[in-house]
Amino acid sequence: MKSLVLSLALATTALPAFATDLTIWDWKSGDPAAAPYFQKAKEVFEAAHPGDTITYVMQPNDQYYTLLGTALASDGGPDLFLLNGGAQARARFENAVNLSDKLGDVKANLAGTAEFSDANGLYAVPLTIQGFVVYYNKKLYADAGLDPNAAPKTWEDLSKVCAAFLAKGTVPCIALGNKEGFGMEFWFSSIAASLWTPQDQADFAAGKLAWTSPQVVAVLQAWVDANKAGWFPKGANSTAKFMDEYEGFMRGETANTIGLISDVAHWKQFDDMLGAENVGVFLLPAPGGTAAKLPAAGGIGYAVNKKSPNIDLAVEFSKVLASPEVLQVFFHDAGAVTANTKMDTSAVTSPDAKVIFGWLASGTVPMAHANASAAQLEELHRQSQSLLNGDTTVAEAAAAMDKVGK
Amino acid sequence: MANRSEQRTALLFIAPAVALVGLFRMFPLVWGFLLSFTSGDGQGGSVWVGLDNYRQLTTDSAFHDSLINTLILLATLPVWIMLPLLLAILIHQGVPGGKLFRAVYFFPAVLSAVIIGSIFNVVLRYDGSLNAALKSVGIEAVDWLGSGTTAMGSLIVVELWATFGMSVLIFLAGLSTVSSELVEAAQLDGAKPFQIWWHVILPAMRPILEFVAVVTTIGVLTSMFGLIYVLTAGGPGTSTTLPEFLIWMEQGKMNRPSYASAISMVLFVVMAGLAYVQIRIMSRNANT
Repeated sequence: MKSLVLSLALATTALPAFATDLTIWDWKSGDPAAAPYFQKAKEVFEAAHPGDTITYVMQPNDQYYTLLGTALASDGGPDLFLLNGGAQARARFENAVNLSDKLGDVKANLAGTAEFSDANGLYAVPLTIQGFVVYYNKKLYADAGLDPNAAPKTWEDLSKVCAAFLAKGTVPCIALGNKEGFGMEFWFSSIAASLWTPQDQADFAAGKLAWTSPQVVAVLQAWVDANKAGWFPKGANSTAKFMDEYEGFMRGETANTIGLISDVAHWKQFDDMLGAENVGVFLLPAPGGTAAKLPAAGGIGYAVNKKSPNIDLAVEFSKVLASPEVLQVFFHDAGAVTANTKMDTSAVTSPDAKVIFGWLASGTVPMAHANASAAQLEELHRQSQSLLNGDTTVAEAAAAMDKVGK
Repeated sequence: MANRSEQRTALLFIAPAVALVGLFRMFPLVWGFLLSFTSGDGQGGSVWVGLDNYRQLTTDSAFHDSLINTLILLATLPVWIMLPLLLAILIHQGVPGGKLFRAVYFFPAVLSAVIIGSIFNVVLRYDGSLNAALKSVGIEAVDWLGSGTTAMGSLIVVELWATFGMSVLIFLAGLSTVSSELVEAAQLDGAKPFQIWWHVILPAMRPILEFVAVVTTIGVLTSMFGLIYVLTAGGPGTSTTLPEFLIWMEQGKMNRPSYASAISMVLFVVMAGLAYVQIRIMSRNANT
């Protein structure tokens, strides 16, 4: 009997005292390119916390915020949840733990925190830096009689490029999928980046720059002018940006596309499909703008649920997710430009990636659309479609935008 | 005593149903109704704002457009009823291949909205098969789903294609119940085929026609979400946004469940009004 009790006691003490399973919600962990990163984070965490486990729950991307909102509204939900930086993140700050004083040394190494912060602090750990650049098909440039190694630097350069493709008549100049209005988001931030002053960006973020102001109207007008000039393909309002637009680009059906620097529709994906030697990259210039700039910001990040019973452990896991050792896998396998500035990117071979890292190092400007509210973005989606169809004017669209609250 | 015992037994039998209706129907309805008077996410931080959400609806152009789109949808109802009726008549009269047509018409009814939407996305997109066919005969391509003038019509046609088979079956069932003696009597009296249809068969079919009209009305107002989601995402602009889609946008994408609840309450009132009409029609038919 004594030996039985002793055995039971030993067995009990061999188990962790408070084994915990952390539940993590995202829309990426099942993505083949991103899966090794999530697996690495799980392994590192579970090795450091014996007995504690990580369970990823990948939700459908297009229903993610509906499901998350419902779960959080019922005081439930996961221990950690993935967020897009900007409007979607800000809408969930009230459900998230303020991480300002909880991340220790990790915080100092993180870039892209502005999109996950407000005046009260940081509410999510950024994983990636996201930005908009224009990728172009060098082979199509050569076919149109253009120098494939001379990417447009000014609006006039871009006008000449698009004029060449219009004259050739084989492929549209700039791919555009605007079925959900995302085409306008990319256009808006890219043009604003090259057109607005730092003060304009700050005023827009603070809600002080009206949509009817000349600076914002110029961005909307450029959208209309480009469409009227025939730069975009017909049917943009019935083409999904993710991924119909990009699949068309990768099939060589469009010459240029405004893509991302992380996640999807980025240098790694285009290099893999078209061959690195056939893909070029440039920053979208603006009419009358100065030198084109890279709009970039915190891309995706993890927040800790305020109602989680395991907040401390969840914070620990968020630090693992943002550590250089784990993010290295994300960078290598998925081509993610990560938010941890301590990560080594010297081994990158993609010419486009090198160019993008150079732009990142020399300074970026805000992604203007990320500073609009969710309601403003929805209205912008609608107005952008009406502008393409000629159902409204720039003045009417800007006035409609001003009616939507920040 | 026996009465009391019977009452207890009756209560016992209906209790599960009452509990389920209360838990899954009435409680969410009341909770949503209360939520529509708050500003917040339904959690502890919600603040009572009275009628503010409803006042906002009066100036919300997206909501107004969704109501106009609803009226456009309702204006097409005669087509939703007459087309299946016409096809049911043809099958009933024994056109060659009638059984095959009946099966073919019903087939889309077993497909989910997502599958139907995906199929028609391939057909109707700008570089889709319909435009390819048009271009092959020299007709200019149309952005069926991306133009404000054609997107709603395209959605209606797809939804009609997807659902009319069920109405055809209901009409066929109704036609089979029309008394053959009445038809033969009319023929003996020298009535022509059209007169027989107009004066004998259609009056006998009135309850079925009314039933299909009411069910179709409610159906089109509550079953378009899947198609809108897949085919147009409510656009371009607000040209295919219906109230149920707007509710999803406000709740899911803009994180405004209180405002979404206010729209839901308005839609509920509209649907309750239609249900009332349905009950009145059924009651009238039962008494005639």
